Amino acid sequence: MKYAFYPGCSLESTAWEFDKSTRAVCRALDVELQDVPDWVCCGSTPAHVSSASLAVALPVLNLQKAQSLKLPVMAACASCYARLRTANHKVQNDAEEKARTERITQKPYDGNTPVYHVLDVLVNQLGLDAIRARLESRDDDSNPLAGLRVASYYGCLLSRPPEIVAFDNPEHPTCMDDLLEAMGAEPVQWPYKTECCGAALSMTTSAVTDRLGHKLLSMAREAGAECIAVACPLCQVNLDLRQADAGKAHGRLPETPVLYITQLLGLALGLSPEELGIEALMVSAAGLLAEHGAAAATGGDR
Amino acid sequence: MAERLQYRDTSLLEEVESRSGTRVSACFQCHKCSTGCPIGPDMDLLSSQVMRLIQLGEEDELLASKAIWLCASCEACSTRCPQGIDVAAVMDALRIMAVGRKLAPADARGKHFNRSFLSSVRRHGRVFEAGMMAFYKLRSGDWFGDVDKVPKMLAKKKLGFLPNRSGAAKEVRDVFRRAEEEDQQP
Repeated sequence: MKYAFYPGCSLESTAWEFDKSTRAVCRALDVELQDVPDWVCCGSTPAHVSSASLAVALPVLNLQKAQSLKLPVMAACASCYARLRTANHKVQNDAEEKARTERITQKPYDGNTPVYHVLDVLVNQLGLDAIRARLESRDDDSNPLAGLRVASYYGCLLSRPPEIVAFDNPEHPTCMDDLLEAMGAEPVQWPYKTECCGAALSMTTSAVTDRLGHKLLSMAREAGAECIAVACPLCQVNLDLRQADAGKAHGRLPETPVLYITQLLGLALGLSPEELGIEALMVSAAGLLAEHGAAAATGGDR
Repeated sequence: MAERLQYRDTSLLEEVESRSGTRVSACFQCHKCSTGCPIGPDMDLLSSQVMRLIQLGEEDELLASKAIWLCASCEACSTRCPQGIDVAAVMDALRIMAVGRKLAPADARGKHFNRSFLSSVRRHGRVFEAGMMAFYKLRSGDWFGDVDKVPKMLAKKKLGFLPNRSGAAKEVRDVFRRAEEEDQQP
């Protein structure tokens, strides 16, 4: 399996551990990635709230570059993923939009370069059976994730709008939970899987993101989770970097590590924390992982 | 919201429908969008009220509202609307119109953030976070928000001092220029 990888800007900075762990996990699972040559920013939310034409042209510029590789595109950032899929949808369904975009990029584009999210690639293209088989073939039988109680948080952009982005149920997705279960972790049932974290409002109106973050963190805890799994750099920053602020504004919370699903999968596959950038988390996961690693090593249940 | 709602004309409705590609006229005020909106408690107008004001033609009040700048584009409203209205696309159209008509409130920080973000992309082809944040702080006057985060982010290597330029930065500048020209077409 081979994909044209579109990392996106966050994966070069605030979410470098998502980049590192995505590449490490794909390597371990024989999913080959080749970066989209000279990729550029997808425009993210600032483009679609500022210019209807730019919001399609920037993603299309990248999809045209990916076309030269003749590979399907895989994105990790949920926002990039949604913007690339939305641009394809618009070009495919609106002849005027297609013509305008081709005038702006000065290259033809038919909207047919397939775009997948890494979670979709892992769960649906590679498949849980293949991942299970790989997990079972590990040399030592201690699983650092055994019994780890995780709230899987999908957020908005992997779920909505369903006709464009969803590869799972938009109101009650389960693919991350299934993947966690395959890893031997214990996904908890909780009601805020697809609630919004406030996204880019953290830059401008952090009072809103702190309120939403607190709601999500406290519900995850109430549901029994010890940590949260995410697949979006904005969700991660809002729940991790802003966790202390959310606690200060709305009531103390127990420290809750917020890990990328690729980091958790990497640990289950036997990769080291360094290979997965675990140290990049603001709320450290070291204590939690040591506790579980220790429990697994002694064969004890928590 | 204005105390007495009065119908003006359909010009605003027509413009918003054309820009957003969605039928705002189909809204029958079920309030499902407002009920599920995560930012609703912080907004001066709920999304269902925004839909009604568009139907009535209340352009000034809408384009000067804070609500359109607080929308996080989470798309819960668009996903759940029983009439199939893309409410989030309507919010995008209103923000674009507010900037075009210089009606956005001075404290609409989202406007400054979008400008800062897009200038960074226009210059480097990719977002240069540190530069973008400095530019945003200059434009918005929000000097002290989150300065405590900077050392932590530097320590975790999450902010770089130099931009990661794309090899296609020049191509991106041309795309910005041509998109601007397209946006100015009537």
